[in-house]
Amino acid sequence: MQISRKMRLPDAKAYVAERLGVSAGELSDPLVMEEVRGSHGLGRVTTFETLYPTESSATEAKFSISRVLDLPINCVERFRERTGLG
Amino acid sequence: MPTMEKRIPTRFGDGSLGHLTTSEIRAELEAGTQAGSARAKVAPLTEDELEHLLDIFASPARFSAVDIGDEVVLTYDGSGSKTVGTRTQDLLIYEQMFGADSVELGHVDYSYKAVKTILAYEAQCMKDAQLVTTVPVMYGAMPNLGLYSEPDGPTPNWSSLLPQGRVEEARAAQEQAVELAVQDMVHVADALWEAGADGIDFDTAGAAGDGDFLATLRAVEQIRARHPQMGIQVGMAGEFVLGMHGELEYHGVRLAGLWPEAQMRLVSAAGASIFGPAVNVKTDRSGAWNVARALTIAKPCVANADIPVHMNVGMGVGGVPMNTYMALDAVSRASRACVDVLKVDGL
Repeated sequence: MQISRKMRLPDAKAYVAERLGVSAGELSDPLVMEEVRGSHGLGRVTTFETLYPTESSATEAKFSISRVLDLPINCVERFRERTGLG
Repeated sequence: MPTMEKRIPTRFGDGSLGHLTTSEIRAELEAGTQAGSARAKVAPLTEDELEHLLDIFASPARFSAVDIGDEVVLTYDGSGSKTVGTRTQDLLIYEQMFGADSVELGHVDYSYKAVKTILAYEAQCMKDAQLVTTVPVMYGAMPNLGLYSEPDGPTPNWSSLLPQGRVEEARAAQEQAVELAVQDMVHVADALWEAGADGIDFDTAGAAGDGDFLATLRAVEQIRARHPQMGIQVGMAGEFVLGMHGELEYHGVRLAGLWPEAQMRLVSAAGASIFGPAVNVKTDRSGAWNVARALTIAKPCVANADIPVHMNVGMGVGGVPMNTYMALDAVSRASRACVDVLKVDGL
């Protein structure tokens, strides 16, 4: 939100929290965000103990991030153009 | 009379570990803020702010951190520079293992003039990296105006002309270099945006003085006009824009002599998304002194910004010691101080 919309941090946190259905404080809670990232398909931090081969990751996750945050993401738009997804 | 106060381990600006009493640390903080206030002609930190800094610096803990809920986001330089693995692997290490909020692809020859010559490779790497990363990936390099002067570039070398008193020739050389640098920076930005980059970072803007800063501002302006959605980050080289030319202006504002707040206003006016002030470290003073000075100088910039401010907190800036191996105790204290006192939008 800062990079794309020049939002200052409190506004950026409030915006993202609202879109994700959490409080601004919960954005930095790793247990809460683990669930949120999973439920919204936003991508996960993977380790050898926590693997999610059937969940969104990388570009897939960025599609979800773009949709959930209503935020155009350059590489997502390029992907759409170049694959004809529209 | 020997003091009964306990001596607390604390870093100095060169990274060395010393021991100061609480009273001595308090005196360092006071001296640091007064030094910053006098130098940049800004208000010193308040008593409450100094007392909070004292809590941070008078602790013997190895690590210091912000309160839960006050976390900020981080932007980086050098997180995709082929340090451990390939550049893409390095980006993923930062994302997955270090928890980076954003990462930056860059080339080891970290200047826009240099990367212009290998632009297709950089664009391909960006495109490939975007397919496997989740966090925003910026592309970064330095304006590095000096590279446009002889022997590395086509313009006369103003650093050689100035000591000879050939001021007008030196100015003309810098003006010529500015035009060339703007072309290169815009050209690189175009290619990386086309490849899928989330944004571009102009690192160490102003390193070669007011000409370097002007080239950055003009490049930002053009890139913003060409790519309204592109993220644009400008990180300064130092606290003060050196007047190597002395008469360059942007929007009617002379660039020589600008401090962080004024720098930020021009960077924002040019169209940048994020501004990163830099305040230099004095290696012979304590970390406490340096942090107090840095916060004093940067405070009006953060308070009055209309774009996010990511304080440069790294080797030799933002209160972090000037040392290639940066001690965690020093970095964490400087970082926490920036968040707690300045309320920065990021680091």
